[in-house]
Amino acid sequence: MKKYSGFSLFSNALSYHENWQKIWRSPKPKREYDVIVVGGGGHGLATAYYLAKVHGITNVAVVEKGYLGGGNTARNTTIIRSNYLWDEAAQLYELALKLWEGLSQELNYNVMFSQRGVLNLGHNLQDMRDIERRVNANRLNGIDGEVVTPARIKEIAPLINISPDCRYPIIGASWQPRGGTARHDAVAWGYARGADALGVDMIQQTEVTGIRRENGTVVGVETTEGFIGARKVACVTAGNSGVVAAMAGLRLPVESRPLQALVSEPVKPCLDTVVMSNAVHGYVSQSDKGDLVIGAGVDGYNGYGQRGSFHVIEHTLQAICELFPAFSRVRMNRQWGGVVDTCPDACPIISKTSVGGLYFNCGWGTGGFKATPGSGYVFADTVANDRPHPLAAPFDVDRFNTGALIDEHGAAGVAH
Amino acid sequence: MLLIHCPHCREDREEEEFSYNGEAHIVRPLDPESLSDEAWGDYLFFRKNPRGVHREMWYHAVGCRRYFYAARNTLSYEILHTYCVGEKPQIDAANEGAGA
Repeated sequence: MKKYSGFSLFSNALSYHENWQKIWRSPKPKREYDVIVVGGGGHGLATAYYLAKVHGITNVAVVEKGYLGGGNTARNTTIIRSNYLWDEAAQLYELALKLWEGLSQELNYNVMFSQRGVLNLGHNLQDMRDIERRVNANRLNGIDGEVVTPARIKEIAPLINISPDCRYPIIGASWQPRGGTARHDAVAWGYARGADALGVDMIQQTEVTGIRRENGTVVGVETTEGFIGARKVACVTAGNSGVVAAMAGLRLPVESRPLQALVSEPVKPCLDTVVMSNAVHGYVSQSDKGDLVIGAGVDGYNGYGQRGSFHVIEHTLQAICELFPAFSRVRMNRQWGGVVDTCPDACPIISKTSVGGLYFNCGWGTGGFKATPGSGYVFADTVANDRPHPLAAPFDVDRFNTGALIDEHGAAGVAH
Repeated sequence: MLLIHCPHCREDREEEEFSYNGEAHIVRPLDPESLSDEAWGDYLFFRKNPRGVHREMWYHAVGCRRYFYAARNTLSYEILHTYCVGEKPQIDAANEGAGA
């Protein structure tokens, strides 16, 4: 792999940028791998990267039915924060945030991580009680955060409407300055390039159709391109996790729902932070390109259709227009949906299974993007050592039988 | 926007009038105390979540305020039919593999 640098940019400019190397190979699948990662999104690619980088397991393939980073990795609103209430979740997301902070250097790939801060607004007394409790919990866990007043919110985001006369007045917020955004595609591409350089094979346009087992242990995967042997199979397939689990005769406590987002036409810089509101249900940031990136809620029903209901968008835009009256005349450019696998306790599943050599990393629901590096890091460790990473242990699928849930619903400033 | 036929009202109404109550036909265990942790967790949390025809429960929240069942394809979002609680579904399970 040729390193990207100012010098490489200059020298390639002299040849009209026609001689950049391909950033990953497209090899034919080998007959057998040590680990097959099913799903080439951000989490899967991060898993493959850390398997090779940290654990020295380089005989790895990422098998992806479409193209790398073409699912939810390309569809989220790129928000990163770690202000979760419960210790288990806070530590996992904080590990991710710490990895984000060095990721561009680590990968030699600009993931455009921008720590522009995240505001989670409160609109009523109970919101503020929850926010104070969460911020206190965050600080005890060493995570930055403060409770801010409407006047301070107005300083941070001058276009916001803090009038006490509106339908849901803003009476405070939590503020995590280390939160922010990153370029979602770049994360997938950076991890893919890094993993490829360490010997990981990217197998695109190849759908896994079955998981072959012998004596309760995985021996490989059936794919549209034929059988590929594997000693371990790590599934990171987000909305389709239940479908993949069924291939191995397993059930998961996830339900797949469409989650929507939309972007506006590009406008001049007007919002240099991330604003989220749980109560009125909208969140917005501005991309470097200038579009307002707006996240809507999940649809009320299960679906695999990668599209969502119009009234959900309408609801979100009502909230955005109330928070930012100036945005009422901005035109929306594109809208899309992704299929997210929601867990009953709004926390992920990072787990071994009852099938030997088969692992699942799923259930990230509506908020997986922010966790991409941490998720890959602990999952790679779990797969490599065939035991849960200490930070992943509370997220074992067994918690739905033991009752040790990590109830982050509503408690984490999760916007849906 | 789904257009949902309420079998009680016998009218096609917009999705916003309804709320979704998840997978249908889950029988509450008669004797919860005697269940193992696995069986109880299974009852509470583990759902079929099919990519294809899904039998689910809906509630006509701003209409007749009654519950009913629907067979809906989770990929195409087509609602195959809706039926009242206690009614026998028109489509048998054998035909539901299509589209999965």
